[in-house]
Amino acid sequence: MEKELRLMKGNEAVAEAAIRAGADGYFGYPITPQSEILEYLMDARPFERTGMVVLQAESEVAAINMVYGGAGCGKKVMTSSSSPGISLKQEGISYIAGAELPCLIVNVVRGGPGLGTIQPAQSDYFQAVKGGGHGDYHLIVLAPASVQEMADFVELGFDLAFKYRNPVMILSDGAIGQMMEKVWLGPQKERSKSVPEWAVTGKSQTRERNIITSLDLDPNAQEEFIRKLVAKYEKIRETEIRYEEFQCEDAEYLFVAYGTSARVCQKSVQLAREKGIKAGLLRPITLFPFPSDRIKEIARRVKGILSVEMSAGQMVEDVRLAVCGQVTVKHFGRMGGIIPTPDEVLENLKSEILGG
Amino acid sequence: MAKIRGSIVVNIDRCKGCEVCMVSCPTGTIAMAKEVNCKGYNYAYPAHPELCIGCASCAIVCPDGVITVYKTKI
Amino acid sequence: MTEVTGIKEIIRNENLAYKRTSIMTDNTLSYCPGCGHGTVHRILAEIIEEEGLQSETIGVSPVGCSVLLYNFIDIDWQEAAHGRAPAVATAIKRLLPEKFVFTYQGDGDLAAIGTAETIHACNRGENILIIFINNGIYGMTGGQMAPTTLPGMKSSTSPYGRDIRTMGNPLKMTDLVATLPGTYYVTRQSVHTPVNVRKAKKAMRKAVQYQKLNNGTCFIEIVSNCPSGWKMTPVQSNKWMEENMLPYYPLGDLKTPEENQKPQTKNPDEND
Repeated sequence: MEKELRLMKGNEAVAEAAIRAGADGYFGYPITPQSEILEYLMDARPFERTGMVVLQAESEVAAINMVYGGAGCGKKVMTSSSSPGISLKQEGISYIAGAELPCLIVNVVRGGPGLGTIQPAQSDYFQAVKGGGHGDYHLIVLAPASVQEMADFVELGFDLAFKYRNPVMILSDGAIGQMMEKVWLGPQKERSKSVPEWAVTGKSQTRERNIITSLDLDPNAQEEFIRKLVAKYEKIRETEIRYEEFQCEDAEYLFVAYGTSARVCQKSVQLAREKGIKAGLLRPITLFPFPSDRIKEIARRVKGILSVEMSAGQMVEDVRLAVCGQVTVKHFGRMGGIIPTPDEVLENLKSEILGG
Repeated sequence: MAKIRGSIVVNIDRCKGCEVCMVSCPTGTIAMAKEVNCKGYNYAYPAHPELCIGCASCAIVCPDGVITVYKTKI
Repeated sequence: MTEVTGIKEIIRNENLAYKRTSIMTDNTLSYCPGCGHGTVHRILAEIIEEEGLQSETIGVSPVGCSVLLYNFIDIDWQEAAHGRAPAVATAIKRLLPEKFVFTYQGDGDLAAIGTAETIHACNRGENILIIFINNGIYGMTGGQMAPTTLPGMKSSTSPYGRDIRTMGNPLKMTDLVATLPGTYYVTRQSVHTPVNVRKAKKAMRKAVQYQKLNNGTCFIEIVSNCPSGWKMTPVQSNKWMEENMLPYYPLGDLKTPEENQKPQTKNPDEND
């Protein structure tokens, strides 16, 4: 199967990309606005194409635990859900991180808290980047802003997951999940036959038994383990930061936004420039690790920063931390599933940062 | 007619003195020692070794698997 | 290692009648004296050895007294979150279908927090073995009431005895899963006497062998004791179990493959 150009929904692109990336298994549960991922996979019957297992679990809890089991035996496995379902998965995600296993979790964010709304939002930033589950761990978080990135980040996500033995999250939103765009899909990769030496596959005579666990009752050993995780996240911060800049070279005002908000801000930059306002956009692609150093650098030469999110203000805290008081940082957000327009973003920049 | 005679070996240090072997023994071979092992348990031992028939009931029912059983025809 | 022995002359390699299997590690079991967990571990380990399955087996361990199960049996293990073992095992078996995959769970793990995972794995007929240790109490956390605690039975969270009106009846998970078409072999055993240990091992061996047939879930409940939680000596607890638990949870096969093979649909030539 060759590289192919298709017109697809973001959700469908994730599913097709997973098959082509040689994923071994997908375990999921329906929830709006991402059920198409499971539906597409069931319809595509990848078991016949590549032997990929697709299973509709009885709940998001069961699904993440199936992912945990699949990851434990060294396989490329993934799940997807949306905000309330991702909340259910937090225990399992913590276990996967604590056992240092690779996997991919897709969150097509909808408005919360609680049952919320089925419309898009970006209000799971804290949950994705700051914790979510219990304990000292982090997810690598990739934020797509197009259907193409939804597809591309599947293989990237799996690569990062196995490179660092850590769960990776694709933090998308209901708009990107549902929108249709052109997408280049890569050729079909073969499912990997290699078995990581830590995986549980049956203890042969030539090795000790492998135990996949996140339990250690010895405080000293447990502390040492957490330090190991901390070092891992440090390495990830040094090596894996990804972001995109749009007209930042001479910018006097900076938007920081990801995903759908970034697409809106890109238009706002154009509108601003037409009015003689030198705006620029920094779009974080990895939310963890966050491009703090780059934002800090740009903060030295701009007059104000506006963090635009479809939430009550979550990423803005990381922007403020990065900027460290050098310049004003404000937040503009719409909630409840509302996507801000480029005009209202620009109006907010003018009133809040430019001052009138 | 040949008689079956048995002999058990009890790992004293691993025995937890639960007494389940003693009540499972059909011939009354096993009793609990008056002494304790390094963990403080009164361990099981073959108090009447001549009665042992090597049926391995004790070993089979022992939760900690501390008993090894031998038997022979005499 | 200090030992005490019987008649020394009989102790010769050629006379060996029973020895603890080497599939059990040398680690001292962390269980209370007289707890049935150790016995179940041992018969399972013996079967793994006798069937030559050590390099083909992946066990999924629970949260509960047997949370450190992976220290005692020398096979590959994955620790599951509380109640989630059937989901973990589902994925492992579907991704590595040639392996022997089993879960080992207590009554809280399987019948409280894990009820959905238990029912649905059985309903899908996952080709795994589920081993369910039922002692009617939560041992590890200090003796609280379990879904399988008997009416009137005292525990730290039912200090006046389980009151059915406010706490519900004991849940008979084994009976429930036996009604699901996805289960292939469902049985209830115990390990408190040598006779029962032998029966339990026979049943467990069948369950292990059936997995190769890919005909559905095998489910074995072991009714067991908890001397610490029940506040009795081990010998007393086995007696109490016989007199109180077994009438409620009777031993025997609840579903056997011979029954499964009865034709489900009528002959299409028959008139209704």
